[in-house]
Amino acid sequence: MNDYNFAYLDEQTKRMIRRAILKGLAIPGYQVPFASREMPMPYGWGTGGVQVSAAILTPGDTFKVIDQGADDTTNAVSIRKFFERTAGVATTEHTGEATVIQTRHRIPETPLTEDQILVFQVPIPEPLRFLEPRESETRKMHSLEEYGLMHVKLYEDISRHGHIATSYAYPVRVEGRYVMDPSPIPKFDNPKLDRSPAIQLFGAGREQRIYAIPPYTRVVSLDFEDHPFEASKADHPCDLCGAEDSYLDEVIIDDAGNRMFVCSDSDYCASRQAQGHRGRLSPEVA
Amino acid sequence: MMKDDAQTPLLRVRGLTKTYGGRIGCADISFDLWPGEVLGVVGESGSGKSTLLGALAGHLAPDRGEVIFDTRAEGPRDTVTMSEPERRMLARTDWAFVHQNPRDGLRMNVSAGGNVGERLMAVGARHYGNIRATATDWLGRVEIDPARIDDRPQAFSGGMQQRLQIARNLVTGPRLVFMDEPTGGLDVSVQARLLDLLRGLVRDMGLSAIVVTHDLAVVRLLADRLMVMKSGRVVEAGLTDQVLDDPQHAYTQLLVSSVLQV
Repeated sequence: MNDYNFAYLDEQTKRMIRRAILKGLAIPGYQVPFASREMPMPYGWGTGGVQVSAAILTPGDTFKVIDQGADDTTNAVSIRKFFERTAGVATTEHTGEATVIQTRHRIPETPLTEDQILVFQVPIPEPLRFLEPRESETRKMHSLEEYGLMHVKLYEDISRHGHIATSYAYPVRVEGRYVMDPSPIPKFDNPKLDRSPAIQLFGAGREQRIYAIPPYTRVVSLDFEDHPFEASKADHPCDLCGAEDSYLDEVIIDDAGNRMFVCSDSDYCASRQAQGHRGRLSPEVA
Repeated sequence: MMKDDAQTPLLRVRGLTKTYGGRIGCADISFDLWPGEVLGVVGESGSGKSTLLGALAGHLAPDRGEVIFDTRAEGPRDTVTMSEPERRMLARTDWAFVHQNPRDGLRMNVSAGGNVGERLMAVGARHYGNIRATATDWLGRVEIDPARIDDRPQAFSGGMQQRLQIARNLVTGPRLVFMDEPTGGLDVSVQARLLDLLRGLVRDMGLSAIVVTHDLAVVRLLADRLMVMKSGRVVEAGLTDQVLDDPQHAYTQLLVSSVLQV
């Protein structure tokens, strides 16, 4: 602990990142460039999210990390340990107890509150990247609000699949202005972005961009008039807790084609089971 | 071909100059383009045709001069000094640019329908069914089988790609079309069909166009008026038939006499 500054990064770096965060909050959805640092983990493991978390953590915070909704996967465990060691902050797996939640690819099912900050790990912050590879051009398109191209992508989806097949990283428009990539969260989570009481921060380490959604900001998923946005999920209840309203992972359980659907939010599922909810494959109560 | 009711030219160019360091791209170009008129610009490689077109279309910033376009909303405006958002808005509504190489003007990884629909979506169309219907209609108008609406341009022949590019550009009903060697790289029979198609569209839609080419046959067919460029300057201008049949300037005479006879 003494070998590191609090939360690993030096104070000048945190200051620089906080400036980027404040700028991001002031211009919701705008990608703020920042001088991303080398972190002791590979790019793609959440270096952007880790830097944002490091810059906003205080000794009194309670920290939670989720990876695809789960608290117990490699990415979540190692980042949680990283901050336990370098910041000495309390950690938790319960969404309700956390003050800072770093997430990869999900928004917790439990509604967030004004006292919480959600930090997203972002692989590719530019929603127009795969349509227009030139960064100089996409920046211009953002500044001039030329977002027709984003609909070309959705058009292609419908023409090829009959419906908007984009199911994650579904583009949104923030407060009627910037089109933003909400990181690869399933589109099921998109409505949770809208008017969320919690601060939502997005950090892309390799791409050196930070963006943000302040609390209670309007976030609208793009769509066509005759093909409206739909927050889709697997049409099943959770096989462990019976929840009908949570996003599910499909797990293949044998080589005979049997599968189960479980909540991707492990904390949500566990707390429901603790309350006595049961699903199709729940173990018999002794 | 000046119409009686057209009091203002669609495009008024005065003293347009673009240099690349010490080298002249095009120098001191002035002309008027009237509504419904097609202007051909001919000259050999390096004569400044493409530079002129780029400077007119706002792709290159000219060093001097005015390009005054008669906008729908506000009347004549100098596009050189107007703000970039305004110029880009013009570029996707009232203007169109047909590149020599369709790869420059198309999105090769987007289906034909998406390519045609892009300009519609760029100006706010948000109804999938309508966009698709318009795209289908336009594919028919440029003689592409509407059944191929979901194919990518990669799967199209060069001539089809060029026609698709034209459809993509004309779908928003522009008033001024810039064409840079629209038939370059196509074989003669495909060229002939494309020219025929272009001529029909220009007449039907009442388009004005500036066609840059080194091919005198193209201007003979398409253009009402002709400008001959050499070393960045206009050496001769006039009605197409007049210039081609009775060239005055030595360079124009050379150009006309260089055409291969079959």
